[in-house]
Amino acid sequence: MSKPYYIEEDLKKFGEVREFQPELGDKFFDWYNAVFKEGALTKREKALIALAVSHAVQCPYCIDAYTKGSLENGADEEQMMEAVHVASAIRGGASLVHGVQMMNKTKDLLM
Amino acid sequence: MRTKLQETNSKFQIAKLAKLALPGFETKLLAFNQYPLKPTGLDIMQINLGKMCNQTCNHCHVEAGPHRKEIMTRETMEECLRALDQSGIRVVDLTGGAPEMNPNFRWFVEELRKRSINVMVRSNLTIVLANPKFYDLPEFFNRNRVEVISSLPHFSKLRTDAQRGDGVFDKSIKVLKMLNEVGYGIEGSGLWLNLVYNPTGAMLPADQHSLERDYRERLKSRYDIEFNNLFTITNMPISRFLDYLEESGNLETYMNELITAFNPTTIDSLMCKSMISVGWDGQLYDCDFNQMLELNSANVSHIRDFDLEKLLARQIHTANHCYGCTAGNGSSCGGEIVG
Repeated sequence: MSKPYYIEEDLKKFGEVREFQPELGDKFFDWYNAVFKEGALTKREKALIALAVSHAVQCPYCIDAYTKGSLENGADEEQMMEAVHVASAIRGGASLVHGVQMMNKTKDLLM
Repeated sequence: MRTKLQETNSKFQIAKLAKLALPGFETKLLAFNQYPLKPTGLDIMQINLGKMCNQTCNHCHVEAGPHRKEIMTRETMEECLRALDQSGIRVVDLTGGAPEMNPNFRWFVEELRKRSINVMVRSNLTIVLANPKFYDLPEFFNRNRVEVISSLPHFSKLRTDAQRGDGVFDKSIKVLKMLNEVGYGIEGSGLWLNLVYNPTGAMLPADQHSLERDYRERLKSRYDIEFNNLFTITNMPISRFLDYLEESGNLETYMNELITAFNPTTIDSLMCKSMISVGWDGQLYDCDFNQMLELNSANVSHIRDFDLEKLLARQIHTANHCYGCTAGNGSSCGGEIVG
């Protein structure tokens, strides 16, 4: 059986990226942990944003981590799916809005 | 999976958790020079008035429901009052089942209040609407200045009903409004209404402060409901929740999460160090969870033999389910321990 490209267990090893570059790794994780602390946004709101972005960047590790993170911080299925729709709408919209550019160029070229 | 016959077999549950390839709780305590656990005082008496309940929640560690007939008698309540009179305990925490379903519930609350004891009632809320004889419970609570602690595992209907049964969320909202109307949860009234969140799956609870903010915002904006505090409580890996963990294939992962999140700073404030739990039949335990596992308290095992000195000298029973109280910010009947 072929080895899958993404291995679920690898998520637990995220911290090991410090091994090849500890200084930058430490800076990243300090910043990362600070970002997810409660602030003007609650932890639930931050987890939902992270979940949406995880879908936009299509990161399987992040989707696993923030599905759990969202549930742990009090989100429910409905809120989580709405967050995914927000990400999808932006992704879809980002393509579609370029249609204006296509139209502009078309109008430049056609009689 | 436990069979019906094994449903009340606490040894079976303890053995199941002991068999997992995990460091034992007692070994963990030893590593922090905290074994054996000993009481630091006796401030709270938690009394289970019976296992009968109008709900059958799928995480309930009491395995309560309408089919349960175990109910505390008036004689046992009198034994509790005698023990309280000689103990100096100032706080009584009434639980169940639905404690209000005990026919002597109101008499008992009034007797406790005559003694100026602070009374907390763990109400499932929906009991108030279950039968006309319970409709006036909010007024009764008010008259007796009872502190109400109510389960509301989520501010969404979806999650609450998934754990507590269809229709529970809507009824809970209705009763919370009734409690607000008589002053509960309203600033300055002195009538305390605290809510309880517990995860509706194989997860540790959210940060209490952050979640309280979400609850307050959501309950106010959508339902115009106010409350005092939110307590986040970890689900103990026992009883129905243990069944769920096994059936869903989450048992080992959940136990590993509890162990990874073990926080030694919670140990000094664990609730078992300052309380005693009385079963519906007067049996004594270190906490409500040990009660469900039938782990009687050492030195004194029945309320009729209450002896403060002996109880303070006892060793608290611990096993792997205790990891539930030491994970993260810790968990007690009053929510997070540290945080």
